[in-house]
Formats: sequence, structure tokens, C-alpha cells
Amino acid sequence: MSWRFLLQRSIHSAVVLFGALTLVFFIVRLVPSDPVRIMAGPDASPKEIQATREALGFNRPIYVQYGIYLKNLLHGDLGRSLRQHRPTVSLVLERFPATLQLALASMLLAVCVAIPAGIFAAVKRGTIYDGLTVAASLLGQSVPTFWLGIVLIMVFAVRLRILPTSGYGGWRHMVLPMLTLALYMMALITRMNRSSMLEVLNADYLRTARAKGVKEKLVLLRHALRNALIPVVTIIGLQTGTLLGGAVITETVFAWPGIGSLAVDSITTLDYPVVQAVVILSGGIFVVINFGLDVLYTWLDPRIKYT
Amino acid sequence: METSALPIRTSLQLPREAVRRRWGLARYARRYGKLIVGSTLVLAVILMAVLAPVLSRHDPNRVSLMARLDPPAWEKGGSSKSLLGTDQLGRDLLTRVMYGARISLVVGLLSVLTSGLLGTLLGLVAGYHGGWLDNLIMRLTDIQMALPFILLALLVVALLGPSLTNVVIVFTITAWYIYARVARASGLSIRENQYVEAARALGATDLSIIWRHILPFLMSPLVVTASFEAARIITTEAALGFLGLGVPPPYASWGNMLSDGREYIQDAWWISTFPGLALLVTVLGINILGDALRDILDPRLKM
Repeated sequence: MSWRFLLQRSIHSAVVLFGALTLVFFIVRLVPSDPVRIMAGPDASPKEIQATREALGFNRPIYVQYGIYLKNLLHGDLGRSLRQHRPTVSLVLERFPATLQLALASMLLAVCVAIPAGIFAAVKRGTIYDGLTVAASLLGQSVPTFWLGIVLIMVFAVRLRILPTSGYGGWRHMVLPMLTLALYMMALITRMNRSSMLEVLNADYLRTARAKGVKEKLVLLRHALRNALIPVVTIIGLQTGTLLGGAVITETVFAWPGIGSLAVDSITTLDYPVVQAVVILSGGIFVVINFGLDVLYTWLDPRIKYT
Repeated sequence: METSALPIRTSLQLPREAVRRRWGLARYARRYGKLIVGSTLVLAVILMAVLAPVLSRHDPNRVSLMARLDPPAWEKGGSSKSLLGTDQLGRDLLTRVMYGARISLVVGLLSVLTSGLLGTLLGLVAGYHGGWLDNLIMRLTDIQMALPFILLALLVVALLGPSLTNVVIVFTITAWYIYARVARASGLSIRENQYVEAARALGATDLSIIWRHILPFLMSPLVVTASFEAARIITTEAALGFLGLGVPPPYASWGNMLSDGREYIQDAWWISTFPGLALLVTVLGINILGDALRDILDPRLKM
């Protein structure tokens, strides 16, 4: 893997990240109505509005604001929360572990179920297992997560009373949110894996391996899977990125104290600095994951050479 | 339609009845099954939305405090007056579900149209023109991809204020780049073909080349993309409503209903369940239809 390639990708990632930061900055300021008035609250006096304006620096010309924004970013300062009067960075860092926990657990569950299911369906193509798997994944992709969460709460927490309804605590609290999040991804990954495996299963090199006398299981796992995994890994990576950005809906339904629910709370109270911080964090994570994926591709398929 | 190199007619060229006779019901179902099921579901939802005032005698917004929290007709305490029960303000749930379909479908359709137009336009320009414009537009799509869709949507709605127009605007801004990528890819590959060169040599303008040569090829991937986007947008619109930042009351939106029902999980499970079920069926129908369309239009992408 060439250093030149790494450098190219790093520059690309940096550009995208920079662009994302800029976009977030301008979205708030280019809105037709006065954002400061909205942020100060519906019953703020003109004096309070002016104070908020100065506190947020909205009274300066826009390029000055932009400069200050960038300078602060370099120092790791992402502003202070309007409602909680703390640096947003500490707020976000406080809530991030919960999101991380949920994201990783859900993704792990989804992958453990979906990859074998996808392989199985591809191998047994055309049989009833295949049909059922496809139908199930189509269904799983269509279920709205917030509804699923509510239904699961109704069944397991209210009717059966074996799991808590919401909140953060022991492993019991994680079961329902994890299931809710995992379902969609399970469905997506299964479909992707199945189709990818189907494409790969017809390849000539598999025939060669079989002719050589390699055991079928080994053929599947070592040769077929490795090549089939490329698009699957892409999806897994991108979905994990999304999850780490905060599974906004699920966290809200289950009152899970992660950055997703933080974002929603801040948006509804128009605590803009916090929102900005969360969006920047999500964007950063996404860019990093993309970069990692690019590097991973070259390992998975040595034919891919970015010159 | 496939054409066969040999002088025999392949099954896709035969009339439907001949296919059926040739293959038997099972294979017919497999071939056209998705299309039939998908379009039936979608059509059912559309009909429900359009015919809502005819299908139900209730007013979706009529508050009736006496009829609060009535359970569905088959439960104890339910009546046939409100087949699916009533919500916390006594409004008939079935009626609201039917009217809610209107919101979802209208928002979905409009958003897909506007974001599709914008995205296709920008993508075509990028692919056809090439050079710095292409680079610029592609960087823009990369940047937008990096920012979480739903957070952006929430933020913009929060700033603009919840309304139907604003929701559509939000989706236009946050979803255009998907079409742009598709359009650009097609544009790039078609542009290299010789007949484009020939057309240019004959003096055709850029615009006419795009219109007559590139656009027809774009149709299939765009339609497929649009169908999946429609499903995603409808779900996200409901999510926005669920978080209180979607289409505001008095419109009956499935998202709003789901959110309302959250408080009453213990006592009135039906308030959240049925709108969600309707949403599920709608999205499922669109997904199945999208799958079927893709099988027909671009079998290489078969999943």
C-alpha cells in the first residue's frame, strides 16, 4: 500500500471534514429568520436577545465569526451550551460512551446474525430458506425503528414485565434498544451479504478450488466470503458510522443517555452550540470510518490499487 | 426487454398467459410476484389516502372528550363506531390513520420529485461538464454524506419552523446528492460513447445531447433510486413527526400519532400501534415495488 495513496485519502478526508464544519456553520446563519431570537427563547426581552447575540458572537460580521469559529475548533473549543452553561465538549464526551456501547452491541448482534444468514441463503438459493430470508429482510428493512421500539416496550416491559421500559442501567436496559437498532441492520446486511455471495459463488476460482479437492466449507469461508465481504464491509462501516453519530430515534424512545438524545434535546431547545458539536463529532467519525474503509479495501482485495 | 440472439422467443417476449402455461404457477409467481404484491400494497395505501373522506364518516380532527381512549371494536369496551378506537382527544383512529396517509404520501412524492430534479440536474452537469465543476459538486456530495441525515433535517426544521413546505425543503436539501451520484455515473459512461461524438459532430447542442441520448439511460437507475428514497423519506418524515418537528397539528401525521401514543402505552396501546402498522405496510409496499422495478429495469443489481 503506497504512502501516496494514504496521503491522498487523508487530504480528501480533511477536505470533506472541513467542508462539513463550514456547512454546519453556515446553515444556522443563512436561515431567513433571526436565529438568535429563536435561540434566546420565545419570551426573551430585547435586552436578553442582545445579550445572547453578543455571547454567541452573532453581532460580528460573518467572516469574523467564521474565523473565530475555526480558531476555536483548532483549540478544541466547540462553544458553550446555552442552556447548561458548560463547554459542549464535556457534555458530548460525557454522553458518548452510552452511544458507543449501544452502537457496538447492536452492530455486533446484527453482524453475528446477518452474515451467517446471508451465506446460508446464498448457498441454499431458490429454496424456501432463501425465500424466507429475503422476505424477512425486506420486512426488517421496512419496519420503522421508533414504532418497533414502542411495540417492544409494550410487549416486554408493560405486558410481560421482564425488562425495564427505558433508561440506562444494567444489561437489562440494553436489551430492547439493542434489538430495535439491530433489526434494521440485520436485514440490510443479510440482503447485501446474500447478493454479494451469489455473485461470487459463480466465479471460476471457486470451481478451481473445488476441483482441487478443497473442502466445501473452506471454499466458502476462505475464498468466497473474503471477496464477497467488500460491499458488506462497506455497509457495516457506514452503518456503524451512522450509529456512532447517535441513533437519534432509538435513544429518544428508550431515553438512552447518548449523543443522539442529546442532539434531539438540544435541537428542540435550540441549544445550537451543542447541536453543532454533535454534528461535528458525527461528521468526524464518518470521515474517519470512510478513510478506514478505503484502507481496508486494499487489504481485502489486492487487485484494488489506487495509483 | 431482452432480445435473444437465436431465433427463439425467450419467456420475457412471450405474452403473460404463455409464460404461465409454460412454467406453471410457481414460477409465474416468482417472476411477477414482487411486482404484484408491491403495487397492490402501494395502490391500496394511495386509494386509502385519496378516498379517506369517502371511506370514513368521522372528521379526523373532531375532538370528543366523551369518547376519549376508546379501545378498538374487538376489545372490551370498544364499539363499532370506532373500529380502531379513539385517541386521547376522542378522535377516531382509523380516520386519522387514513388521513395520515395523505401527509406521508404527499411529503414523500413532493420530496422525491424536488430532490430528484435538483440532484439529477447537478449530477448531469457534473458528469457531462467534467473538470472543476465536477470536482466541486462531488466534494459537495461527500460533505453532505458525512453529516447525519436526520440531524441535519431536524436542525433545519427547528430553524425554519415545522410546516409541510419546510419539511419538503429539508428533504430536498438533504437528499439531492444521492440522485446526483447516480446521474453523474450514467452521464459519465454515456458521454464516452461514439454516438455522442457523432451527434456533436453533426452539430447537436449539449442540451439536446443530454436530452436525447443520456436522459433515457438515466431513467432506470433514477426510478430505482427514487423508489428507495421514497421509502426512506416517508419513514424519516414520520420520525420527524415523532420528535415533534414534522408536519404540525392539526394535520394527522402518523409520526405525531405515534408520539402521542407513547404516553398511553400502558392504557391505550392502539394509539401507537395502528399508525405504525400503516407506516410499516406503506414502506414495505414501496420497498417491494422498488425491488420489482429494479429487477425489471436493471437486473445486474439484483439483490
